[in-house]
Amino acid sequence: MLDLLHYQFMRNALITGSIVAVLSAAVGYFIVARSLTFAAHAIPNIGFAGAAGAVLVGIFPVYGFFAFALAAAVGIGIMGTRAHERDIVVAVLMTFALGLGFLFLSLYSGYAQRVYGILFGSILGISAQNVLITGVAAAIDLVLLLAIYRPLLFCTVDPQAAAARGLPVAMLSVLFLALAALAISLSAQMMGALLVFTLLVGPAATANRLTRRPGITILIAALLGLTYVWVGIGAAALSGRLPVSFMVSALAFVVYLPVRLWARPNRNKKTGPTLNLDITTTGRDAPTEAEECSIL
Amino acid sequence: MEVPAEPGHVVSLDKVSVHLGKRLIQSSMSFSVEEGEFLAVLGPNGAGKTTLLRLLLGLIQPSAGSISVFGLPPRRGNRQIGYVPQFRDWDTGIAIRARDVVRLGLDGHRWGPGLPSKKRESAIDEVLKEVGALDLAEASLGELSGGEQQRVLIAQALLTHPRLLLLDEPLASLDLAREAEIVGLVARLRETRKTAVLLVTHDVNPMLSKIDGVLFLANGRCAKGPTTEVITSAALSELYGAPVEVVGALGKLFVVGAPI
Repeated sequence: MLDLLHYQFMRNALITGSIVAVLSAAVGYFIVARSLTFAAHAIPNIGFAGAAGAVLVGIFPVYGFFAFALAAAVGIGIMGTRAHERDIVVAVLMTFALGLGFLFLSLYSGYAQRVYGILFGSILGISAQNVLITGVAAAIDLVLLLAIYRPLLFCTVDPQAAAARGLPVAMLSVLFLALAALAISLSAQMMGALLVFTLLVGPAATANRLTRRPGITILIAALLGLTYVWVGIGAAALSGRLPVSFMVSALAFVVYLPVRLWARPNRNKKTGPTLNLDITTTGRDAPTEAEECSIL
Repeated sequence: MEVPAEPGHVVSLDKVSVHLGKRLIQSSMSFSVEEGEFLAVLGPNGAGKTTLLRLLLGLIQPSAGSISVFGLPPRRGNRQIGYVPQFRDWDTGIAIRARDVVRLGLDGHRWGPGLPSKKRESAIDEVLKEVGALDLAEASLGELSGGEQQRVLIAQALLTHPRLLLLDEPLASLDLAREAEIVGLVARLRETRKTAVLLVTHDVNPMLSKIDGVLFLANGRCAKGPTTEVITSAALSELYGAPVEVVGALGKLFVVGAPI
């Protein structure tokens, strides 16, 4: 296994994988907490269209991916301020982008492997220069995310109180999605547009069930992500045929399942307020609205 | 725009009109709230109860008239106001403890993740104790019942030592025992902290003995005064512009003939 580290491409893959695993954990906590999982699924699909377009015109696919992902993130942030409305915006943008991606692919007559790599990721295609760019971009993303950590948490938990406190709730929402788009673009190199979502949501969703503390959740998610990535890359390299993104998605699923079934700190309300509501209304010693009479 | 407020006025509104979109919510609203005054804000849905709170918080602007809050025009981020928005059910599965939620009231507007601080943690413990929720500190938000969530949110609002508390329907979806607990808590905070309180509710009965008066919003107009003067058949008929009967029974008040 250690012999594999002699190969430059393996080292590049491990470094890049570790960077995106940590970044995905921090972004993933907020994706899960803000119920943005559908958006997080759509952004890389939209990014795929951008990457396909970039391949068509002959530029580096990650740039096209990032441009489309960023545009999608800003669009979703601005247009989808309410949850159900956001899902509709996301769906419309995503299906259009997928259509566009298909068009670009139909027009492109080159080497199919590049397109395949965009969709499912590749550990081979990561050059030393890529590692550097990924590291710098990830560091910027993480620093910005840390900078808005408390305001973002406030807006996530209680947007109305946060707005009253003077926080720019809408701006923070768009900024967070933009940071998520960058994180997604970086990890898509290895994970691919279709499976990048796994690394973003899998570890964070699992960690979310194991602790109640936001900071610890991110830490556990980072450790899980690192484990998935290292095991995934190791297995891929040793077997020679298991794809990394498959391994990561399989591990994320296999670990999430038992945790979801047994560890559930966020369920089991102590008392059921909705149940009490019935008792309240029927137990009231007064007539109700139905009788054109209201309780003061 | 700015009104020179008389000393002691926590809030004062002078001929304030407010529109939401094109709809006129309130026209020519004038009243003031004194230091430490505990008011129930009543009225049917859409009468402008939440809108009034949003005006005071500086989240929306009036279309006419002037407002002063502690002698100044309303502004967002005023730490002299503690605000608890309308109840929402936090069963989103977000991993966050009650303690973390309370902390946001102290430094949630600051940049960066913040460093661990013993002083901050003890301030959080103290305020949780004050609202009787110290034992809930480590519980996650989703685990708390409606009444427990209200306590935690009130604790969050108290951390800046506000002189005015704005509570938007804190009693919604609580059972009678929990209603009485929250009302008792708010009345006690008013006594110990000398905080003025505007509590939005649909049912004034749980707090009849605790409040100084009511602010009744209906029909685009408002009436403020002691409960015995505002919640009368004559006063409410005038406010609604239609015959309304107030019936007293079992030590409680009931309004007949109008929505509230």
